[in-house]
Amino acid sequence: MSRPVRFNIKEKDVQNWGINMVDSPDGITGEGFFATSFDKVVGLARKNSIWPLPFATSCCGIEFMATMGSHYDLSRFGSERVGFSPRQCDLLMVMGTIAKKMGPIVKQVYLQMAEPRWVLAVGACASSGGIFDTYSVLQGIDQVVPVDVYVPGCPPRPEAIIDGFMKIQDLVHNESLRRRNGDKYKLLLESYGIQ
Amino acid sequence: MSDHSNIKLPEGSIEKQTTTLNLGPTHPATHGVFQNILELDGERIVKTEPTVGYIHRAFEKIAERRPYYQITPLTDRLNYCSSPINNMGWHLTCEKLLGVKTPKRVDYLRIIIMELARISDHLICNSIVGVDTGAYTGFLYVMQYRELIYEIYEEVCGSRLTTNIGRIGGFERNFSNTAFEKLEKFLKEYPGVLREFENLFTRNRIFIERTQGVGGISAERAMNYGFTGPNLRAAGVDYDVRVHSPYSSYEDMDFVIPVGTTGDNYDRYQVRNGEMWESLKIIEQAYRKVQEFKGAEAEVYHANLPEYYLPEKQAVYTSMEALIYHFKIIMGETDIPAGEVYMSVEGGNGELGFYLISDGGRSPYRLHFRRPCFIYYQAYPEIVKGSMLSDAIVTLSSLNLIAGEMDG
Amino acid sequence: MEMTNEIIQQKLTEKFGDQITEWAEPYGMLTFTAPKDLNLKLMTFLFDEMNFRFLTDLTAVHYPDRANEELAVVYHLHNLVENVRLRMKVFTPVAQPDVYTASGLFSSANWQEREAFDFYGVNFVGHPDLRRILNVDEMDYFPLRKEFPLEDQTRIDKDDDMFGR
Repeated sequence: MSRPVRFNIKEKDVQNWGINMVDSPDGITGEGFFATSFDKVVGLARKNSIWPLPFATSCCGIEFMATMGSHYDLSRFGSERVGFSPRQCDLLMVMGTIAKKMGPIVKQVYLQMAEPRWVLAVGACASSGGIFDTYSVLQGIDQVVPVDVYVPGCPPRPEAIIDGFMKIQDLVHNESLRRRNGDKYKLLLESYGIQ
Repeated sequence: MSDHSNIKLPEGSIEKQTTTLNLGPTHPATHGVFQNILELDGERIVKTEPTVGYIHRAFEKIAERRPYYQITPLTDRLNYCSSPINNMGWHLTCEKLLGVKTPKRVDYLRIIIMELARISDHLICNSIVGVDTGAYTGFLYVMQYRELIYEIYEEVCGSRLTTNIGRIGGFERNFSNTAFEKLEKFLKEYPGVLREFENLFTRNRIFIERTQGVGGISAERAMNYGFTGPNLRAAGVDYDVRVHSPYSSYEDMDFVIPVGTTGDNYDRYQVRNGEMWESLKIIEQAYRKVQEFKGAEAEVYHANLPEYYLPEKQAVYTSMEALIYHFKIIMGETDIPAGEVYMSVEGGNGELGFYLISDGGRSPYRLHFRRPCFIYYQAYPEIVKGSMLSDAIVTLSSLNLIAGEMDG
Repeated sequence: MEMTNEIIQQKLTEKFGDQITEWAEPYGMLTFTAPKDLNLKLMTFLFDEMNFRFLTDLTAVHYPDRANEELAVVYHLHNLVENVRLRMKVFTPVAQPDVYTASGLFSSANWQEREAFDFYGVNFVGHPDLRRILNVDEMDYFPLRKEFPLEDQTRIDKDDDMFGR
């Protein structure tokens, strides 16, 4: 004999909670199936399970630690598992000043990542050298790797880092499946000296 | 070569060699970018060679170009886990050069901010030691209380991490009531949290076995290597700049200095933990002293320093002297005495020193930061020789190496 | 007997005579200049006899106006027991910047001397491993000397007029 339900029995008023219900992509629905185009499904799956590689060098790294903490949770967006091996990650988050000594290492890490890969430059130093216009600081990591999204700030608030992350999610969602094999992408990589 | 006596290699076989492992600049366990090339004999470390400079930002060269008040944001980025202490240290150096005496209320407010920064720094260090031994929970739990500290900074200066707090002579604005409310909330809630965090680690069998007896250094070697701060106090030497050369009215505060015995990782953890309790005591005393100021005295938040402290905006728009001072300060035409001064404060990692040579001009002639992390990282090969690889990782994080301070 | 600046000055002049010059006490810290050959002997004397066993800071300064003495190496020593600090300066010409190393006496001088070499080119005689520490290894000039600029001169995208260089 089953026990009567005692908890969670009140009717919930979901409509007025301000929850953002995501619409399903355009497709053909039927009894027990849903058909849509392949890149939409792949985009949806990829964007909600990005595995970031936090390349934290300085102060922005501490703001990233705050973003991963429970107050501004980044794992809500699917990136619960941060990896430190570039072979297993999709998103390279470069946070902090990159000195000229460190530039080749950023490039090496980028080269080790498998396609499709995205780069997020967090902070003023990673975007453009920041307040350090000196002989020893690389003036922005886009001198060595192609960057997708730049997050300004010194350091950017965790909300700003999450905003940048959501823009990456938009890019991932809307990316065509043919982009990485096309000529434009090949030209972009060649301009960085990457084959 | 190997000292395992149960492995008998047959005659004429290849002699056992050591492995070279690159604990590279990007590694989850090195918090910050520094590289260690380890030579391993099996799992034991025979030799290590540290390389630094992967985040060298040439602070000292930049400082020769900037006027004195524009160097404060640079000092933020030294030990970025406790940036208010660096800011206050720089302001104290300038005040020593100019011969300025700040009012007591300013000193007590500075003490509150500096001790909050010290708690914030030690929290990161201790919780990261926990993460490296495998206990991730403490880190996540404690980060929430660092958010409270960040909120207090936001109320005072507007920024969370790289604070640029205060000015030469005091603060830029009086602490609002919200700041004091948040401070009271912190003082009420935090002791319970720290006790829970202690419960996780202090008498935890696994933690003790991982950290006790590992990474020790003797007091003589530590002093010879120039250790300061919690690492030196864990080795047994009770040297604390707040007590030896008190600054900013620390002599009015009543606190003890926790000291360890063997200088190993467990002692460092305990010293930092003890210092957090002492910092809480100091904050409470300073807060009570601040509340004792009534009436006009409670509105004092900077020294009377028209030559170097920017005047109020209303005064700039109405009075002539304020306009002239405002112009002179911003354009950098105020007279700064020539001379050389060395001032040190007790940072999160030890004695953070500022050696300033001024030639009377708008920017310093030479500014050198005595960075404690840079100096004690030299001892790492000696500390870690003969220990296992995983112990080396825990030692690295318990030394609290902040890359920004190391390279500077 | 408590160690004051006068007692230190007296003891040093007793031992080294007038080789030590430019005595000063800016902001309460005893400062003096010694000839560069004497730096190690002086520090050993201070270490053994007067208990200055803590090297707080070792750095270099470039004074292009002092002819034949352009580079200064500044040592800050601290006597932890009596809580007394002092500052010792040693000058050397930029053409031949050789200074004896203090790393035999103080292990903390090792990297600090490498940093002084990296920034100013001071050659520390007897240092076990004198090479660049913070800058890239291929750098061929000493950046913190006054004649070199702060910014990276190879940039083409920043407009000098707008950025006030």
